[in-house]
Amino acid sequence: MTVNQVSVFIENRQGRLGQVLSVLKENDINILSISLADTAEYGLLRLIVNKPEEAKDVLLNAGFSSLLTEVLIIKVPHKAGSLQSILDIIAKESISIEYMYGLSVETTDASIVMKTNELSKACEILKNSHIDTMTKKEIASL
Amino acid sequence: MIWNKEMECMSNEDKKRLQSERLVKLVKYVYDNVEFYRKRMDAHGVKPEDIKSIDDITKLPYTTKDDLRDTYPFGLFAADHKDIVRIHASSGTTGKATVVCYTQNDIDAWSECVARCMAMAGVTNDDIIQVAYGYGLFTGGLGAHYGAERLGAMVVPMSTGNSKKLTTMMVDFGATAIACTPSYLLHLSEVLRDEGLLDKIKLKTAICGAEPWTEKMRHEIETRLNISAHDIYGLSEIMGPGVACDCKEHVGLHICDDHFYPEIIDAKTLEPVADGQVGELVFTTLTKEGIPLIRYRTKDLTSITREKCACGRTSPRISRFKGRSDDMLIIRGVNVFPSQVEAALIEVEEVTPHYMMIVDRENNLDTLEIQVEVDTKYYTDEIRGIERLTKKIGQVIQSALGISAKIKLMGPNSLKRSEGKAVHVIDNRKLY
Repeated sequence: MTVNQVSVFIENRQGRLGQVLSVLKENDINILSISLADTAEYGLLRLIVNKPEEAKDVLLNAGFSSLLTEVLIIKVPHKAGSLQSILDIIAKESISIEYMYGLSVETTDASIVMKTNELSKACEILKNSHIDTMTKKEIASL
Repeated sequence: MIWNKEMECMSNEDKKRLQSERLVKLVKYVYDNVEFYRKRMDAHGVKPEDIKSIDDITKLPYTTKDDLRDTYPFGLFAADHKDIVRIHASSGTTGKATVVCYTQNDIDAWSECVARCMAMAGVTNDDIIQVAYGYGLFTGGLGAHYGAERLGAMVVPMSTGNSKKLTTMMVDFGATAIACTPSYLLHLSEVLRDEGLLDKIKLKTAICGAEPWTEKMRHEIETRLNISAHDIYGLSEIMGPGVACDCKEHVGLHICDDHFYPEIIDAKTLEPVADGQVGELVFTTLTKEGIPLIRYRTKDLTSITREKCACGRTSPRISRFKGRSDDMLIIRGVNVFPSQVEAALIEVEEVTPHYMMIVDRENNLDTLEIQVEVDTKYYTDEIRGIERLTKKIGQVIQSALGISAKIKLMGPNSLKRSEGKAVHVIDNRKLY
């Protein structure tokens, strides 16, 4: 199962990130995880929120280039080596990871957000290996 | 030294007589040989026989860069192809180059004019001169080269692009003169300083042109290098460098007005303005055979004085340039129009028509940044995708302008929208 991530392109300008967050606050959207990939010129803000479709629309209306991207949220047990073994499974199938970052929700497990190529194939492999991923429904309820 | 005393110190009456003779001959020549001029003059209701002296020049219609573009490539050539020995070209407003040509007589006249300018700057046949303008379609390199050879100087054809080799040879050869853009010379002064070569050079004179610069910049160059720096002016449409240059007095640029007849006009009304008043500089090429131009509007803003100079020359002088009457920028010696950027960006599906050009000068070299807004539907959430797009736009711009630019992608609506005439350029160089 994949979930929708909201991605926002932000050119490096003072206060721009704060503006994005204000828009989300005003619309009562809860941020579950945030990642900012930065270069000298711009940043790419990636967000896991409880209402991704709505977040994308309100951001677009507020003049931000937001878009939805399908990503995987994989549950990773709090145990040494568990992330490594998941990556191993993925690597064996020659799937490449575009990026990943952590997701903190209060459960017994940790989670990571991951974007790969061949997303449906990645889903399939994880399922066959009995590795849990979070669903859209689960995210919406947080 | 005055290279051609007869022409450069000629009395006003004699000059006028010479210009009149040449204009009468020129008008008949273009009317007979160039369809464009024949039609233009007929439409304007003026015949060659109406032109009896230089004062009648105001009866003739103007010529513009658009005319050169519309007749691309060879439409304004007046000479027979077998008599044309050289082509040069500069960037045009829409991606197509402005093409000019030269007969052997033109090359000779050009060399003569550049020799005069270099002599004005104090260069003689004792000098070793490095020509560090680009050689090729650009008129700078070959123009300066031929002029320096005519003068009898020892010419080192450096061209552009290798500062290290240039400074090494400057020291090893004991070069005494250099021809290059003023910003490049400032840059070279830093290279020389950093390499500890400043007290090892024998440089005395610089002939700088191809881009506007200020008196302040000239003093800076002169102080840093302990030399005398001179401003040489020209444009490929008229000839190339050597149309005018400033002498040791530095009180304006002497025009070779036996070859290039200057007028200053009001850019809006197109009426002549009085001496001393700022207006657009217009040239008529009195002797050119390949591609003579009648009342060509340079778009450069300046004023003119006809008072005899303390150097002894009687040729009229134009002041340092005050700007342009159009939106052309000169970046690293290359003519750039915002419309070229606009036309190039239209070809890139992913971007909107909103853009901003930011021109600056870092370490004395011109920089160009182009900010573009990406169409919302083409954003990607991968850095790789954004970098790919940045690179693609960079390549499109490079091939359209002939110079590289730093591309900066911007979010939607982040560039300022203006009501009325859009502002697409921020020039932080303060050149005028």
